[in-house]
Amino acid sequence: MKRYLVLADGTVYPGTGFGAPTATVGELVFNTGMSGYQESITDQSYNGEILMFTYPLIGNYGINRDDHESIKPTCKGVVVHEVARRASNWRSEMSLDDYLKQNNIPGITDIDTRAVTKHIREQGAMKATIVDEVLPDTVDRLRVTELGKAVVAESSTTNAYPNPSTGPNVVVVDFGLKHSILRELAKRHCNLTVLPYNTTASEIMALNPDGVMLTNGPGDPKDVPSALPMIREVEKHIPLFGICLGHQLFALANGADTFKMKFGHRGFNHPVREIATGRIDFTSQNHGYAVSKESLRQTDLMMTHEEINDGTVEGLRHRDYAAFSVQYHPDAAPGPHDADHIFDEFIDLMAAHQVARKESKFNA
Amino acid sequence: MPKRTDIHKIMVIGSGPIIIGQAAEFDYSGTQACLALKELDYEVVLVNSNPATIMTDKEIADQVYLEPITLEFVSQILRKERPDAILPTLGGQQGLNMAMELSKSGILDELHIELLGTKLSAIDQAEDREQFKDLMEKLGEPVPASGIAHTVDEALEFADKSGFPVIVRPAFTMGGTGGGIAENDAELREIAENGLSLSPVTQVLIEQSIAGYKEIEFEVMRDAADNAMVVCNMENFDPVGIHTGDSIVYAPVQTLADREVQMLRDAALKIIRALKIEGGCNVQLALDPHSFNYYIIEVNPRVSRSSALASKATGYPIAKMAAKIAVGLHLDEIKNPVTGTTYAEFEPALDYVVCKIPRWPFDKFTKADRRLGTQMKATGEVMAIGRNVEEATLKAVRSLEIGVHHAEEPSLRAVDDDQLSDKLIHAQDDRLFYLMEAIRRGYTIDDLAELTKINVFFLDKLLHITEIETTLKAHVDDIDVLTTAKRNGFTDETVADYWHEDADTVRQFREAHQLTPVYKMVDTCAGEFESATPYYYGTYEFENESVVDQRPSVLVLGSGPIRIGQGVEFDYATVHSVKAIQKAGYEAIIMNSNPETVSTDFSVSDKLYFEPLTLEDVLNVIDLEKPKGVIVQFGGQTAINLAQPLADRGVQILGTSVADVNRAEDRDAFDKVIKSLKIPQPAGDTASDEATALTIADRLGYPVLVRPSYVLGGRAMEIVKKRADLDHYMHNAVKVSNDHPVLIDRYLVGKECEVDAICDGETVLIPGIMEHIERAGVHSGDSMAVYPPQSLSQAVQDQIVTYTKQLALTLNCIGMMNIQFVIHDEQVYVIEVNPRASRTVPFLSKVTNISMAQVATRVILGQSLREQGFETGLAPVSDMVHVKAPVFSFSKLNRVDSLLGPEMKSTGEVMGSDKTMAKALYKAFEAAKLHVPSTGNVLITVRDDDKPEAVKLARRFHALGYQLLATSGTASYLTDHGLNVAVVKKIDGGENDLLHQMEAGQVQVVINTVSDEEQAADDGALIRNTSIAHGIPLFTALDTVAAILQVRESQSFVTQAL
Repeated sequence: MKRYLVLADGTVYPGTGFGAPTATVGELVFNTGMSGYQESITDQSYNGEILMFTYPLIGNYGINRDDHESIKPTCKGVVVHEVARRASNWRSEMSLDDYLKQNNIPGITDIDTRAVTKHIREQGAMKATIVDEVLPDTVDRLRVTELGKAVVAESSTTNAYPNPSTGPNVVVVDFGLKHSILRELAKRHCNLTVLPYNTTASEIMALNPDGVMLTNGPGDPKDVPSALPMIREVEKHIPLFGICLGHQLFALANGADTFKMKFGHRGFNHPVREIATGRIDFTSQNHGYAVSKESLRQTDLMMTHEEINDGTVEGLRHRDYAAFSVQYHPDAAPGPHDADHIFDEFIDLMAAHQVARKESKFNA
Repeated sequence: MPKRTDIHKIMVIGSGPIIIGQAAEFDYSGTQACLALKELDYEVVLVNSNPATIMTDKEIADQVYLEPITLEFVSQILRKERPDAILPTLGGQQGLNMAMELSKSGILDELHIELLGTKLSAIDQAEDREQFKDLMEKLGEPVPASGIAHTVDEALEFADKSGFPVIVRPAFTMGGTGGGIAENDAELREIAENGLSLSPVTQVLIEQSIAGYKEIEFEVMRDAADNAMVVCNMENFDPVGIHTGDSIVYAPVQTLADREVQMLRDAALKIIRALKIEGGCNVQLALDPHSFNYYIIEVNPRVSRSSALASKATGYPIAKMAAKIAVGLHLDEIKNPVTGTTYAEFEPALDYVVCKIPRWPFDKFTKADRRLGTQMKATGEVMAIGRNVEEATLKAVRSLEIGVHHAEEPSLRAVDDDQLSDKLIHAQDDRLFYLMEAIRRGYTIDDLAELTKINVFFLDKLLHITEIETTLKAHVDDIDVLTTAKRNGFTDETVADYWHEDADTVRQFREAHQLTPVYKMVDTCAGEFESATPYYYGTYEFENESVVDQRPSVLVLGSGPIRIGQGVEFDYATVHSVKAIQKAGYEAIIMNSNPETVSTDFSVSDKLYFEPLTLEDVLNVIDLEKPKGVIVQFGGQTAINLAQPLADRGVQILGTSVADVNRAEDRDAFDKVIKSLKIPQPAGDTASDEATALTIADRLGYPVLVRPSYVLGGRAMEIVKKRADLDHYMHNAVKVSNDHPVLIDRYLVGKECEVDAICDGETVLIPGIMEHIERAGVHSGDSMAVYPPQSLSQAVQDQIVTYTKQLALTLNCIGMMNIQFVIHDEQVYVIEVNPRASRTVPFLSKVTNISMAQVATRVILGQSLREQGFETGLAPVSDMVHVKAPVFSFSKLNRVDSLLGPEMKSTGEVMGSDKTMAKALYKAFEAAKLHVPSTGNVLITVRDDDKPEAVKLARRFHALGYQLLATSGTASYLTDHGLNVAVVKKIDGGENDLLHQMEAGQVQVVINTVSDEEQAADDGALIRNTSIAHGIPLFTALDTVAAILQVRESQSFVTQAL
């Protein structure tokens, strides 16, 4: 079935529909990962976005039960060059086409995704729509469509839930978390309590956790102002670790600024340097906003990591508190595991803090 | 860390002659490495014995030694040059082995020379099977159950425990030489015996078979700061069991979920870190298609064939980066030359699919064993880029130049089902075509997956191709169907077949509907960053990215995959042509399909189109670029064959006109030319059917030389001695027709020589005459040759020069030509004229110091030879003697007869230069690894014609102190002529028969000229095969024997009793 990908600047790309036969509107972004479409499509950070893959063959290994990054995918659409005719992998349970239909997400294939990628690279990420026919007012209507700002609220859990284990008590504040964060913490035996995005500091403190994790999530960090006072309070008392949106909120809470990038970082070949050691990890990334380097000057934050090519702020640490964050995904999924040592650092930080707390109690 | 300043002078070891498993890819990587080191201001000393390479051009290194890569010569050069360090990781297995040998000899310690890139301990850990296994165990990385065997009995013992099948891998050999899969005791005994003798340390690994697993490769890099990254991952179409060099390979991996990719990536990085390699490394893994189980198969601690492929597949120049890392630079300090803005510390993201298909020599070695296994057999490969698997695959298929333009081999339609399934299970080089045939016959892809273990994902792509075929047939002149077909890689020619039209009609139809290809850039980053790489591939899509430059351009057609008869020499000429075009102020555009070569390095030309060299694909590029013209002289027969069809469609062919090319190549037209010039040539004629052929031969008298017209490398060329043999040849060796006549010439016994000439229409420059050491009858590509000529009289040389001048001017040659002569009774006869650059261009360019391809290109572009400072005639010679010697890959190819004849069999060449003929010959033999010890036993078996001459040679061996052995027939003849000869026992499988003697090291030289057809009883082929398997120097032409004797004699004193 013929469908069209229409961009807000009026560019029209004809293609063929797959997935759900519905129309959609979202911000069109591209991801350069050559594998990992299942993880990306189910990554809630894509909530509100139409996700385009630069790798031309998508769906080759189907969809399996293990690699979901959320229970319900929330991206607005999927754009590919070619969707696999037949998936082949021992874990595959259904085709990508069926999965998107099941989740009511429209897709469009037979698109010159490289042309669209270059267009976005030059013009910046922009609103787009996938439609059955291009009407005279399609572009105008697209232009005036306001994309929802409540994407975090949509993506976050509304109820607290536990994921019990025997290790340190960690509160996970869910801004639209990827399961991989829970997986990495669970692998390290953390006893998890996941709380909604709008949890207050006192609610967290009431649980007396050993550490707090601020997760990834979709959209503009400035649309989640409720988190900032929470962070400012919690970081004083409890080791805190932010990832992606969590990193941006940590920066905002401490007086730094964020900005919208031209087309963001989405993929998993971004080299990130740890400034103190020079160590470079290839990292999985998915962000359209970033922390302004200049804005760090008047804050108590220091930059710990940078992207080696464009200098993006990739990691922060608080000068006084046991609090740090990274812009990228050390939890990978999809992408390289190079940076999973960051989770060990979080565990170590919590342990050190415990010791310090006990010592200070003892000394008192 | 910035580059090291404690070292100044670095020796780079090249890979030597091209053999199966170690080919042109090392010219590419070596050239890149030398240039990278020079760029960093190091003084570079290069040693490589292969003259046919760009790498051994003067400007690539500060000092280029075209000398044998042996301990003797490399040590001498080290003492003379005193480099601070050696970089051995870019010269293939040869480079590593040489480094090990040098180290063991103690010279590196003595001269305080450091090894860069990979430490000796790492080479050992990666290549010594036992140490490798230990390391993997330490790292917790799984390897298949295996045992080390130093004897056949140990091998059998392992298989007893593990059960069959088992894989045998000899230690320290390249390209899987001598390896194989054994299904039973007998097979294991044979393979292990062979493998043990080929392994320099007499060691083989016997390993549990994991045939059927997915074979995955990772190309990884690491720097001294322990930064490590993956440049490219690849998935083999053929599962584990077939050597990756013989497998169809896709990049990136196609059927692995991210979790599997990352698991294997972790393993690959862990290994390169453990080996502490500073540079590039290749890790091969086997992944269970039904679980997360995987095994590490092999690690190459150096730049490899796969890394050349990965470089071309991604645009990321691995060898260049590896060289820079080896001298201390870190990945995050080196700019990515592709983007110019990002750093080399970047894992490329592809937005296309790459397909590599190996090119096998079985079109020439028709009797060879075509079964594929762990021993690599391909001589070359093609790569194609598309936006899906179907497109990349079909583009690769038509790049192979095996006479098909689609994944369909019509002759397989006649194959019965039993044979079909046999060929599916027991893979040969042509399995892809059998698979296509099976699918067309209605085999389900699930059944095929069961039979072949090939992933159903790939089979589904083949099924898709056949579905498009069916749709095409049902919808003639349907633009939508055609669009689908084109997007999936179909050629106009294939569509035309289904539509019962001709390809031009389809093209016109397509163009009328604006269905034309676009060209997309290979940029390492999937479009994320702006790049300026002039590296493109064609596809049927929306947006074209290849911007046509305002400057006038010239298109050079490359020579496609490396095969016997068309080797790296043509890439050499192509690259030089490009340089000359650039110097003349034009934009130089290259089209080629071979990932192993220097010409497909995007930094060589102004623009590279990585595309098949077919008429359609070339026309498409011409339609976009509108070049001033096309140069076809340097791309071998591949490019020359396109000249006529391109000219027919109005394309300007630069240089010798197509009509004149035809006058040289068409037998009748050429006869007229040569008669009008009164130049002698062996009597001959052309036959279009069997009967005429016999009549002609009767008239000429036997022996006759027969060959099909329009071939390169003497394919199906034979010397036929009697009528019955000719009859057999006409029925079996060739398909004769009016379009494909057979040439029959009287066979003249005599000295052969050849010249390459450059002509601008007025002046004829002859850079040199090369005299062949073997007499006429051995293909010129397989002959040893010497420059300047050593035994040609001045009169003969004058005749050669005169005839060359006459032919060049009469044939209106503009650019290069090559002429082959035979000298019979002091009279020069012309055998053949090739109106293009020949395989001797690099050798002659190097020894004469005339950059022939560049001179010829300037001529083609309009600058006369006079303007370039050349006069008509033979260029002056220096006081050095240069010998070119062929190198063969017989040890990799079962059932290929090593007896030399008119069909070319060599895969590469070496050169030896010195002040005297004997010294130059010695070097050439040493470089070709034909080392004849100064004492020992010489085994002689010759055919009747050769016996009188053999007596003289035998006497000379005897005089030098060698013992003579001979098979009964030869022995009695030699004895009758007064020689003391030991008769060897007949080959009867007995304990003391000849083969056992050879295996036991009791034979040092084998001379054997008996072809199997003549005297099967003499076991000619068996003796030859045994000597090849055991590395015993083998001579199949008496002239070569005379040459080696000349060497030995020059090194010996005469001891004579009073």
